[in-house]
Amino acid sequence: MFMPGANPAMLRDAGLYGADSLMFDLEDAVSITEKDTARALVHFALKTFDYGDTETIVRINDLNTVGKLDIDAVVRAGVDVVRLPKTETAQDVIDADEVITEVEKACGREVGSTGIFAAIESAEGVLNALSIATASPRVRGIALGAEDYVTNLKTQRAYGDNMQLYFAREMILHAARTAGVAAVDTVYSDVDNMDGFRAEVEHIKTLGFDGKSVINPRQIPVVNDVYAPTEKEIQKAKEIVWAAREAEEKGLGVISVRGKMVDKPVIARAERTIMLAKVSGLIGEEDL
Amino acid sequence: MATNNIGREIPDVYAEQFGTYGSEFENVKPYSAAAKTVCPRKPGESKLLDSIHDAIVKTGIKDGMTISFHHHFREGDYVMNMVLDEIARMGIKDISIAPSSIANVHEPLIDHIKNGVVTHITSSGLRDKLGAAISAGIMDEPVIIRSHGGRARAIERGDIHIDVAFLGAPCCDEYGNANGFEGPSACGSLGYALMDAKYADQVVLVTDNLVPYINTKISIPQSEVDYVVKVDAIGDPKGIAKGATRFTKNPKELIIAEYAAKVMMASPYFKPGFSFQTGTGGASLAVTRFLREGMIKKDVKASFALGGITNSMVELLDEGLVGAITDVQDFDTPSGASLARNATHLEIDASMYASPLSKGAMVNRLDMVILSALEIDTDFNVNVITGSDGVIRGASGGHCDAAAGSKMAIICAPLIRGRIPTVVDKVTTVVTPGSSIDVLVTEVGIAVNPARTDLIEAFKSLNVPQFTIEELRDRAYAIVGEPKPIEFGDKTVALIEYRDGTLIDAVRNCK
Repeated sequence: MFMPGANPAMLRDAGLYGADSLMFDLEDAVSITEKDTARALVHFALKTFDYGDTETIVRINDLNTVGKLDIDAVVRAGVDVVRLPKTETAQDVIDADEVITEVEKACGREVGSTGIFAAIESAEGVLNALSIATASPRVRGIALGAEDYVTNLKTQRAYGDNMQLYFAREMILHAARTAGVAAVDTVYSDVDNMDGFRAEVEHIKTLGFDGKSVINPRQIPVVNDVYAPTEKEIQKAKEIVWAAREAEEKGLGVISVRGKMVDKPVIARAERTIMLAKVSGLIGEEDL
Repeated sequence: MATNNIGREIPDVYAEQFGTYGSEFENVKPYSAAAKTVCPRKPGESKLLDSIHDAIVKTGIKDGMTISFHHHFREGDYVMNMVLDEIARMGIKDISIAPSSIANVHEPLIDHIKNGVVTHITSSGLRDKLGAAISAGIMDEPVIIRSHGGRARAIERGDIHIDVAFLGAPCCDEYGNANGFEGPSACGSLGYALMDAKYADQVVLVTDNLVPYINTKISIPQSEVDYVVKVDAIGDPKGIAKGATRFTKNPKELIIAEYAAKVMMASPYFKPGFSFQTGTGGASLAVTRFLREGMIKKDVKASFALGGITNSMVELLDEGLVGAITDVQDFDTPSGASLARNATHLEIDASMYASPLSKGAMVNRLDMVILSALEIDTDFNVNVITGSDGVIRGASGGHCDAAAGSKMAIICAPLIRGRIPTVVDKVTTVVTPGSSIDVLVTEVGIAVNPARTDLIEAFKSLNVPQFTIEELRDRAYAIVGEPKPIEFGDKTVALIEYRDGTLIDAVRNCK
């Protein structure tokens, strides 16, 4: 969930709504005169508030402006991931990696413990998606930033049109899967259009995205709901995972469930279903 | 200084006069109801008067008397200011006022207090500048804060004896048959005013909507009314009732509401024929929406809903999810309209709503209630009167009544407001004792009163984060720090009556 870094109440309440990752923004959501305030607020929020297991991400400004100061403040405060804005080339990632490494060394954090999330927001970035995703071992994921991207393409967002972002989404998905990192879809700005939002989440889930960026807590239950597996899917996944465990114990190479042969990708999908069911609160550890 | 049963200090003089709080029901005993002086009417006599001035003359108001008002017009009320201004003009002093509550619009009271026109006040609450002025110590005698049920009790037992009640009547005929449903100042139920009409020596109805005799929907009957005054306007419709009360979009309030609804539905009381009351604040109002979804899903219908009523309750009634609404006060236009049209939407007086000394208050039949809090402490005591600065800025309402009567009282409140913790070691002022409160619901999770081991057991598999109240306090303090004690003076500016008439707390002046 995105939230502006200059709003103390939002920083305080960010952890309440069940988002898997919290993205505190120091970039576009913060006016030029508030940059220092926001940086300090986010630094102290990360050190003060208990966000539990929720992943913390901070979107920094361009390294050529105040991005280095941002990295210094948030890495020292223990942020999980630094989000790079408008990543166009692998070099952007490498440059950020170097700054992060310096700060980690300076503050005694384990080198490499801070992740990078690259936001791809231009045609050039989309075409370089794979090299961006593989530019550093720090990269945890890549995401499409659609607003800047469509501007760069000389058009505007057309909600409901699944073709408009199709190329960029597929490029990002393919790059992420090749690099073995997460692929997260762009925000949906019309917070009052819940039906439109749900349709888009269903679309990007079908494409294969790992999740959706949200800008309002009210959007979170929709994402969770769409991504939550059905009871039937969970039951089937359980049977596959149990069968796989049993086969492993007995040293069997071939597994069959309900008379059908089950191979590796099917097991991987079943494990993902179980993981989603767990995080959706549909099953507990004791169910497995 | 006396100390009551929950450790609150009460100045001796008041402890002697009122008694100190012991426990919820120890003073619920047989008693002789108050009587009134009645001036009967003969055939041919008119009740219609030309002005408030004439009503004051006719009723013979003089120094030292007690007059009363209702608060059904909330921020739109013209009646109290109109009457007190005239009383002041006529040079009458030392008046006690006993309105069912006081709003911001009654700020002119400050001058009447300073000029000695008003010397005693009892009310459900005080707000804004008047609250601040009282907290600063402008009155010689403390304001007596009474809950809605407590006021009904005080009137029934004669602790408050009303000489003249001035009651705004949105729809009224010349002989004093009145209701609140129709007219430019329609407010719906007149539940609080019904007490004054029944017990005051003299009753003056003030109306801006005189209808031909006989007004056919009668809430206040002619047999209780002495005079009728027609004025241009008794209230500002914009301040009286809004359109349909809308559900909050505030995500934090929605979380609280969702958790509260889950608590209700996981409790042993959520079964066919259950009853409930919700408040009108953002979170407590939204509880109704989540509850509705659960009621439909699990096919559980309620027997009645109680309280101050909003449109959301009326929708449940219209959908058949609630069998009846018992209504002491309406907060929006649709709920007042429903009262007029629905046979199962019943107008009740404050005694039937909440008096501990009635022969059976609705709160006694209540399974679950949603209430709010400015502060709640680790003993579950609740403050809805004073702010974190010690200044009086709230109202007792039906808080302690519904909490005491219901089987499960749920407090919905954010853990912190701005930089102010809601969960604290000791509340500034106790309005409702912790023994009446069963569950606290905040945005981070819930805390169950440890005395309710049955509920703790019932909520074992409830999918809502659960804490002890001390853990919630620690979480609040971890974010905003522990508040420094407030510096009070030595003057007692308000007495907080428990519903039974004993003192549960006293408020001192702010330095």
